[in-house]
Amino acid sequence: MADANLLELDHVETCYGLSQVLFGVSLSIGPGEVVTLMGRNGMGKTTTVRSVLGLTRTRAGSIRFEGREIRALPTYRVAKLGIGLVPEGRQIFPNLTVRENLVATAANRAGAGNPWTLDRVFRLFPRLAERGESKGTQLSGGEQQMLAVGRALMTNPKLLILDEATEGLAPLMRAEIWRCLAGLKAAGLSILLIDKNVDALTRIADRHYIIEKGQVVWTGTSPQLAAASDIQQRYLSI
Amino acid sequence: MKAALDARTLFVVIVVAGLVLMPVYTGVRGDVFVLTLFTRIVILAIAATSLNLILGYGGMVSFGHAAYLGIGAYAVGILAEEGIGSGFVQWPFALLVSALFALLVGALSLRTRGVYFIMITLAFAQMIYYVAAGLDRYGGDDGLTIYARSRFAGLISLSDPTQFYYLCLALLLASIAFTWRLINSRFGMVICGSRSNDRRMRAIGFPTFRYRLAAFVIAGVWCGLAGALLANHTDFVSPAMMYWTRSGDLIVMVVFGGMGSLFGPLFGAISLLVLEEGLSRVTEYWQIILGPLLLLIVLFARGGIDGLIGRIRRG
Amino acid sequence: MLLLLEQCLNGLQFGLLLFLLAAGLTLVFGIMDLVNLAHGSLYMMGAYFAATFVAWTGNFFAGALLALAATLLLGIVLEMIALRPLYGRDHLDHVLGTFGLILFFNELVRLVWGPAGLSLPLPVALNTAVDIFGIYYPAYRLLIILVALLVALFLYVVVMKTRLGMLIRAGASNREMVGALGVDIKLLFTLVFGLGAALAGLAGLMHAPILTVQIGMGENILILAFVVIVIGGIGSIRGAFVAAIFVGVADTLGRVLLPDLLRLVLSSTAASTLARALSSMLIYLLMAIVLALRPQGLFPVAGR
Repeated sequence: MADANLLELDHVETCYGLSQVLFGVSLSIGPGEVVTLMGRNGMGKTTTVRSVLGLTRTRAGSIRFEGREIRALPTYRVAKLGIGLVPEGRQIFPNLTVRENLVATAANRAGAGNPWTLDRVFRLFPRLAERGESKGTQLSGGEQQMLAVGRALMTNPKLLILDEATEGLAPLMRAEIWRCLAGLKAAGLSILLIDKNVDALTRIADRHYIIEKGQVVWTGTSPQLAAASDIQQRYLSI
Repeated sequence: MKAALDARTLFVVIVVAGLVLMPVYTGVRGDVFVLTLFTRIVILAIAATSLNLILGYGGMVSFGHAAYLGIGAYAVGILAEEGIGSGFVQWPFALLVSALFALLVGALSLRTRGVYFIMITLAFAQMIYYVAAGLDRYGGDDGLTIYARSRFAGLISLSDPTQFYYLCLALLLASIAFTWRLINSRFGMVICGSRSNDRRMRAIGFPTFRYRLAAFVIAGVWCGLAGALLANHTDFVSPAMMYWTRSGDLIVMVVFGGMGSLFGPLFGAISLLVLEEGLSRVTEYWQIILGPLLLLIVLFARGGIDGLIGRIRRG
Repeated sequence: MLLLLEQCLNGLQFGLLLFLLAAGLTLVFGIMDLVNLAHGSLYMMGAYFAATFVAWTGNFFAGALLALAATLLLGIVLEMIALRPLYGRDHLDHVLGTFGLILFFNELVRLVWGPAGLSLPLPVALNTAVDIFGIYYPAYRLLIILVALLVALFLYVVVMKTRLGMLIRAGASNREMVGALGVDIKLLFTLVFGLGAALAGLAGLMHAPILTVQIGMGENILILAFVVIVIGGIGSIRGAFVAAIFVGVADTLGRVLLPDLLRLVLSSTAASTLARALSSMLIYLLMAIVLALRPQGLFPVAGR
């Protein structure tokens, strides 16, 4: 039953140098699910993402993608297996144009039927089509976020991970991102979301994990989260 | 902790005692070669100690430090050639020119950091090399012979190998003592602090540029002194003294011995020169061994000799 | 006037060779953050390989191609064995490690080819002069200019128009992210280093017939390559191009014109001594001026 999951973390421990940050994180994402990882700053959300991708070395535990152990794999291999990252801070390539940002790392490794192409991404984000030849540095925050999402989509991932994708964006922009994610979910993409906006998250996501001090302290469905205002208060400072 | 200190202190005492007693040994054995070798080691140790101030403690990777060896040497050589043989004139002149060059190079290079700094100091040193090579009047590429060592009005005779050796040794110990005083003062704190976190130092209110420039000049001047000694030692000056690979040798000595440790440069100088001597007896092509050895040390024994000794008690 | 034109061409030729060397250096530094002092050794190996292979095959072009291939191979092997462990480390570690490699290569060359230099004679076909605007200019030097310009164009196309180029530029600003998007960074590094090595080798083999092929030839020109990339902006190939031409022409013209200029105001002997000193210093003075005005170089790379 566990192997039906797309991504499964089992008691993952991660250290930065000598200080331990993750003390046994366990979570799972099923195919087609949208799952969130919430918690205050510094609790280990980004570290969890980095651990999955092998960007930060893990010390113990197990990370399985489509049933296959990936904990010790180099980052590019993990990405190639079908994980697309939209990182914290967007991290688009500043010296490349919008087109180049999208095309440089594009791939269709799983041979998907209706793959993400440049055209399809431009249809999803018309603003990017207009700014096609602009350099990364010339984009606004919202445009950079769209670009980061588009760039990850161009790798045709099975699982999309978005780390603080609405941070620092104007409300209109945020709404557009949520709309986009809802559309992606409808298209069947599995998504792991790290964000702080509980209301929006409960609307779009199926299940939630709350992480505090490097451990998962609560997990449940959206209705359960909406009802548990004490949990929200305690761990999310709403 | 105290035990580790003892191992290191013991090692230092042994080495220094050995250096002090060296002329006795060579006098008994009549071995001039070893005394000459160790004079050279001591002189280069002074140069390495000066580099350690800015590189080991200050984190400024100056790849042009041999320039000051050359400047100090040429100051002595040129004055000697022009008939001025008094050390009282030559040596201060050597220090002055070194200071001016260091001030110039430092003012321009210290605005940059990292790779830029390395390449710029390298370039300026190479510039001086080419200038020296172009000085036809003073031997150009072939170099200039010095027919009489610096005279000090009878106070000391540099032509006497033993007296000369002890002068160099005294100056070396003085350099190390001076470094110790400097590092343990507020000046030293700023230098070490701005190595790891320049912004914080400036936020506290220290004009770090000025401090680092001062350290750079001090290091240059001190190395110029070593240059003056070197000219007397070899009775010869040539542009090759400041070819950039010599700067590399100095860096190797500092890193070999252990960066940011007081006696590290001395250990480094001894090791490198003894290693060169030893290896060259094994094979004419000793640098084939030294080169990769250097790479291996960089990869696996970064703390240098000082680091290794420090580990004796702990491990 | 004609002499001036000839010297300008010489300066252009020298500058373009410097560009080949500097481009490789800046490429490697830009994307891999590696300070490689042994880059000059690759230039030297290109020259030595060329002298040897041309002698073996009796054909200049065959020998040159073999030398290029050999240097490329050497570069790749060097990267995989000696340089990979250095990635991510302090620049000081790079400097020391690659300095050790210089010692190694110089001694290796001495062991294999002996301490005396080699010469690489030009084939008869290239050893002629061509009439350009009234001057007779060596055909070989024109060939160097042509080849180097073609290579520069090739580099431009690769870096600006191909996916590999996009990855190189992306990697120069954010290596980690490129890996996170599924690109094998290690392989990319090896490719880039190989490219840099080939460029250095090409510069070496092309320069060989003009100079003596000797131990340590790499170090002299390496410093100039450093000056070029400092002036041009570390990590910028465009900057390297502009700066290299500038440095090449300035250096060549400086050496030629300074003695005459100084002779206008000083006595002959004083003029030639001063001219010698100044023309050696000229490039470094230019570097100092550029640094004083724009410490990041003429075309600094964004995102560093």
